[in-house]
Amino acid sequence: MATALTRKDFVSDQEVRWCPGCGDYAILSQVQKIMPEFGIPRENIVFISGIGCSSRFPYYMNTYGFHTIHGRAPAVATGLKVTRPDLDVWVVTGDGDGLSIGGNHLIHALRRNVDLNILLFNNRIYGLTKGQYSPTSEVGKVTKSTPAGSIDFPFNPITVALGASATFVARTVDVEQKHLGDMLKRTHAHRGAAFLEILQNCNIFNDGAFNDLSDKAIKADHQLVLEHGKPLIFGKNRDKGVRMNGQRAEVVALGNGVTADDLVVHDETNLALAFMLANFEAPLPTPIGVFYATSRPTFDGAINQQLQDARTKQGPGDLAALLKRGDTWSVG
Amino acid sequence: MALPPEAAGHAAESSGLGGGGSAAKPGLRRDSVVIRFAGDSGDGMQLAGMQFTAESAMAGNDIATLPDFPAEIRAPAGTLAGVSGFQLNFSSREVFTAGDEPNVLVAMNPAALKANLDDLPPNGVLIVDREAFSEANLKRAGYAKNPLTDHSLDKYQLFQVDVSKLTNNALHSTGLNNRAVFRCRNLFVLGMLSWLFQRPVASTERWLEGRFKKTPELLNANLLALKAGYNYGETTEMFASSYEVGPARIVPGLYRNITGNSATALGFVAAAVKSGRPLFLGSYPITPASDVLHDLAGFKNFPVYTFQAEDEIAGVTSAIGAAFGGAIAITTTSGPGMNLKAEAVGLAVKTELPLVITDIQRAGPSTGMPTKPEQADLLTAMYGRHGESPIPVIAASTPADCFDCAYEAVRIAVTYMTPVILLTDGQLANGSEPWLLPDPDKLAPIKVELATDPNGFMPYTRDSETLARPWAVPGTPGLEHRIGGLSTEDVTGNISYSPANNELMVRTRARKVAGIARDIPPTSIYGDANGGDLVVLGWGSTYGSLREAVTQMRDKGKSVSHIHLRYLNPLPSDLGAQLRKFKKVMIAEMNMGQLLKLVRADYLIDAIGCNKIQGRPFKVSELTNRITRALEG
Repeated sequence: MATALTRKDFVSDQEVRWCPGCGDYAILSQVQKIMPEFGIPRENIVFISGIGCSSRFPYYMNTYGFHTIHGRAPAVATGLKVTRPDLDVWVVTGDGDGLSIGGNHLIHALRRNVDLNILLFNNRIYGLTKGQYSPTSEVGKVTKSTPAGSIDFPFNPITVALGASATFVARTVDVEQKHLGDMLKRTHAHRGAAFLEILQNCNIFNDGAFNDLSDKAIKADHQLVLEHGKPLIFGKNRDKGVRMNGQRAEVVALGNGVTADDLVVHDETNLALAFMLANFEAPLPTPIGVFYATSRPTFDGAINQQLQDARTKQGPGDLAALLKRGDTWSVG
Repeated sequence: MALPPEAAGHAAESSGLGGGGSAAKPGLRRDSVVIRFAGDSGDGMQLAGMQFTAESAMAGNDIATLPDFPAEIRAPAGTLAGVSGFQLNFSSREVFTAGDEPNVLVAMNPAALKANLDDLPPNGVLIVDREAFSEANLKRAGYAKNPLTDHSLDKYQLFQVDVSKLTNNALHSTGLNNRAVFRCRNLFVLGMLSWLFQRPVASTERWLEGRFKKTPELLNANLLALKAGYNYGETTEMFASSYEVGPARIVPGLYRNITGNSATALGFVAAAVKSGRPLFLGSYPITPASDVLHDLAGFKNFPVYTFQAEDEIAGVTSAIGAAFGGAIAITTTSGPGMNLKAEAVGLAVKTELPLVITDIQRAGPSTGMPTKPEQADLLTAMYGRHGESPIPVIAASTPADCFDCAYEAVRIAVTYMTPVILLTDGQLANGSEPWLLPDPDKLAPIKVELATDPNGFMPYTRDSETLARPWAVPGTPGLEHRIGGLSTEDVTGNISYSPANNELMVRTRARKVAGIARDIPPTSIYGDANGGDLVVLGWGSTYGSLREAVTQMRDKGKSVSHIHLRYLNPLPSDLGAQLRKFKKVMIAEMNMGQLLKLVRADYLIDAIGCNKIQGRPFKVSELTNRITRALEG
């Protein structure tokens, strides 16, 4: 790379066709802004997506891109990353694409720890098909396909990822640009399958789904920003915290003898804590940030190591010798 | 003597050990012998059969084999469901099939006898393990009376051998437990038959040494059982003579015995080596395709990537990802997996990425008979995707031909930037034959030119001759581009919903695939090149049966010819004209008439169908009967 790239270098010549006001614009803009910081030549970056609103993403990135079929992006990305470990591979998916039709590929990519950056845009609705409930929609949700209210119990993307033994699990919000940028950097820095849930507003079919996390007037009282090694403090005046009462978490007001020392301190390497945080329900706040980060050999690294070991041990492949392997006999 | 004597005048059609040659001690000469090993699926009959095959190959015979095993790994012992068989035809002449019916049947228990006896012709040689015919085993197999003693087997040449006891005696000194000793019975039988047919056992000994490298006590036991069986054959007076099947006159060269699945795997490796790209297999285990995955997993140093995916869909989509990255990408499966992969294969058609989908066909519908062959996926290969989605389809005709077809499939895929479907089936997959090893330097070149020039690069420009679009892989500076399943504009590859552009792209892809016809050999006719009374048209694993049946008809002076297709899409350009030279066209397939539909649709030729959907190959006699009727009708 001769000169440093800028945001503009990552903007493709394609017209962006999301609905005006869609949360996807904010995510695209932040990704394009962050990419130059990684210092990776554009030709070595690949965005792979499935089907859905979010999956149009690759067309707008001036990198290599592959808009595949519904739910299969993690599998396509696995085949690419395994054979081309030199590439920086991103998967862009949604709550329907990644957790419904493609749930199988997502959990297997996570457990294998393929070195992918997986961005799951969660708007809790099917947007492209015009407004059916999704696997992250809340029970009781009235949509075109659930006029009497949804009776499907929703997936929690964070616990799905943790349950699939993901080595990096984080959450952010589309409008929290700085936090989104930080999370993209952490996601990219992680070696292995990094899973980032991005809560994203669909202003057409599910507007305001995350208002409590994005509305400036109230978000501070609902949003808990996780920071490794820091106590769980939130609230507009940073006057509330989370502490353990026996084995259960509870919200406490700071002051009157309650100090930060009484609170739970976030530890990204504690899987049990990550599960607990992921399952916070009101009145507990909604955590954003890195729930869990650990290190495990990557699948693509291991498979290429096996190939390297085989070459070291047996030498490079010799086709003539391979064909003659086993019992042979001569005629004539 | 006990085995069918030459002098007794048993004609080849009716007797156990047919064929010509003069009786001469110590070995009576035979042209060819068909043996079927049958036992419980835990009795090691596949192993005995495969080792006997290896011995026969080393003895210079031409061979063809047909394993026939149950889908259940361990069905209840002694039951009909658990019977596993392996049929082998070895000959001093060229052989095309594993034989319609065995001359020699080895039945290790009553169930194996019951399941196979119908195929043994009168006077056929029947070798049984007498002790296995216990009351309990007879009951499990549904025998009310012991067939060994009720004279129901009088029309066969029955040899009752105390295999279990003799094996036990031979292994007495080893101190192995009863179960381990029992598992050596197959080696005793193999030794006995090796003597009977004068097979050298050296290759089996070598194989055992490799197999039991880490368990010397088991190696010793198996070698003892093998020798005991061999010596039993020699010293007992039960078999008055041994038999000799001389070497076949086959093309000079270096040979090895190979199954279709192994040949398929090697064909892919060879193609990757010749194209200078790594090989990637994305696959999900499925019978009868898994052996390709197993074989390729052992060739890592070439380099070969094997990825056992979470499902069939990930098998193909991971391969699509690898193809996007510049690998020789393949996926292997059988019928059920073909259906699951269909949407992804459509993506490969639309994005015009090279990919080989291997369908090792099995009997359907649904789960069907997983271990049995069928040819009922032809129309799935041709049309089993939504939208206009043409794909080149090629089919292998023999186990060794799987090598050439796998290689050719890759060549077409990368030359034309298209997915290709390779059809084999369960019979080819597990059947074997001697393979004249190809010289790697003489394999057809596979030219891969990745795009590198950013000047004027567009993802959907086309080669003027092949209509292939450029293969532009990530990592190449200046060629950054996006592809996908949405309809896209000619040349630029930008998303486009233009009606005219959509039709242009659909027709262009169809033209590209149709144009492959210029790149394939013309139709080859076995028989009357200028036409005649009847031509039998076939494809795939029926090759051996069809060729043998047509040869037999021609020997009788009938004007019958044979055309066997490797290229099913596109069909050879001259096929219609060649077929029209014949008064009658008979299309023989292990399905309800799928090629028949294509031929009728493409050429308006009113061909006759000859169809079998039993999960079993055609018998030569079935074909000659059908051909005879067609000639008369």
